[in-house]
Amino acid sequence: MSGDVVVLGTGMHPWGKQGRPFLEYGLAAARAALQDAGLTWPDVQYLVGADTIRNGYPGFVAGASYARALGWTGARIASCYAACASGAQAVDLARTRILAGLCDVALVVGADSAPKGFFKPVGGERPDDPDWLRFRLLGATNPAYFGLYARRRMALHGSTPYDFAAVKVKNARAGALNPMARYRGAVTTEEVLASPVVADPLRLMDICATSDGGAAVVLASRSYARRHAPAGDLVRLAAVSTVTPTFPGTLLELPDFATDSCAAVPPPERPFRAAVAHAAYEEAGLGPAELSLAEVYDLSTAMELDWVEDIGLCPPGEAGKLLRDGVTALGGRVPVNPSGGLASFGEAIPAQAIAQLCELADQLRGRAGPRQVPGAKAGLAANQGLFGHGSAIVVTR
Amino acid sequence: MAYAIEGWFAVEGDGAVLLGTRCAGCGTVCFPPRPGSCPNPWCAGGGTEAVRLPRRGRVWSYTNAAYPPPAPYVAARPYVPVTLAAVELDGPRAEGGGIVVLGQVAGLTVDELEVGMELELTAGPLADGPLVWMWRRAS
Repeated sequence: MSGDVVVLGTGMHPWGKQGRPFLEYGLAAARAALQDAGLTWPDVQYLVGADTIRNGYPGFVAGASYARALGWTGARIASCYAACASGAQAVDLARTRILAGLCDVALVVGADSAPKGFFKPVGGERPDDPDWLRFRLLGATNPAYFGLYARRRMALHGSTPYDFAAVKVKNARAGALNPMARYRGAVTTEEVLASPVVADPLRLMDICATSDGGAAVVLASRSYARRHAPAGDLVRLAAVSTVTPTFPGTLLELPDFATDSCAAVPPPERPFRAAVAHAAYEEAGLGPAELSLAEVYDLSTAMELDWVEDIGLCPPGEAGKLLRDGVTALGGRVPVNPSGGLASFGEAIPAQAIAQLCELADQLRGRAGPRQVPGAKAGLAANQGLFGHGSAIVVTR
Repeated sequence: MAYAIEGWFAVEGDGAVLLGTRCAGCGTVCFPPRPGSCPNPWCAGGGTEAVRLPRRGRVWSYTNAAYPPPAPYVAARPYVPVTLAAVELDGPRAEGGGIVVLGQVAGLTVDELEVGMELELTAGPLADGPLVWMWRRAS
């Protein structure tokens, strides 16, 4: 199909806490992606930057700064912010412009330099911002919401802290094989269960860190890509879902104080996270049974189990069994977070959805080294950003 | 005593009540209150009225903050872990029943909470003084 958009190159800067300016990470990732694509920066017609909110004025933290750092070429740019879903929105902007025929090749970049400790809201006295208010009135941090979901899962599905620890052990095993991951050591169940409680029932090693990192992809029309890459090496960007929730939401979402009322309208057919994935499956024309692998947003170990169900790999309540049976581990039928996930990376917000896409594309191109999922043909990456930003990407061979 | 936020709750006797809004057009109840606007996209609107939400509910889930939350939260010194509960309100939907409301929990630790346990609304002071709504064991 000539209307296809393909992933022509991927590039990352290793995740960590190096404390360097975000621009350095983005630049390194962009150059790596261009090299992987066999292109040079002046070949790029359109650059999209996924913004970081923690490093300054919005005009600086965006696409223009990457274009300037690479050297002004007159290329068109765009910038976007959608919390954890920023990367997916940036990818969507680029593919839409390619699909519209307005350009042939685009570069998407996201990078962050994250503060230590809990993410906190931007400063000042800002009572109109629910994100500020939930800290001010309740002391409700992000891990507090993760703790609520984890406890709910224990009550509803009988999950245990051992199940949660097993997610960390699995993801650490994968991350140990990934040179881009921040945490590369093996982890035992005992170590997870001995780490201090942060937000009951979750412990420090159940919760993802905040990290520095950068990721970039080069996207192109198929006709352009055919002239620049061997045909066997092209991965199709089959879907990008950026759907928002449908009223009424019955799950308490970050940074909300309450759920919606169902007095006038019954709950939607699918909860938000499931709807995000469903839209991507519909667009790609495939279903969960056809996935070779998935990258999901394991902000906590327990949340990976929720996502495994939300993306349809099993019915609600059965993700723990999948995990115990090894289905979602490397070597299993459908590895989840073969990159090592947030458990091994920590979260570099605007880079994260792009990093997920890098893993999918590298797996489908057979370039994942010791993490390689044999014969990978289709992958889905899913995440969710604060304030109703959904993000799911499907790539196929 | 000053409220940490105006118009979201009111202290009454030794307890408290959450204040919401109800759409005159479709009956959707909101907390926090959304005066004059309805979140239901299929509703043509028609204004909102103030509504007092049910004071009791069942624990949907709970957690705590084992470490002091960052600013703008003002943590007590010495720090005592904050307990948080998300509580599904009792009562008919037309009056706010079924909404899950997050709040700090007064007088209970996570070891004393269970999903499904009945709690009721009260109010208590933040470390720097102003009052906020809180959940407590139902009387």
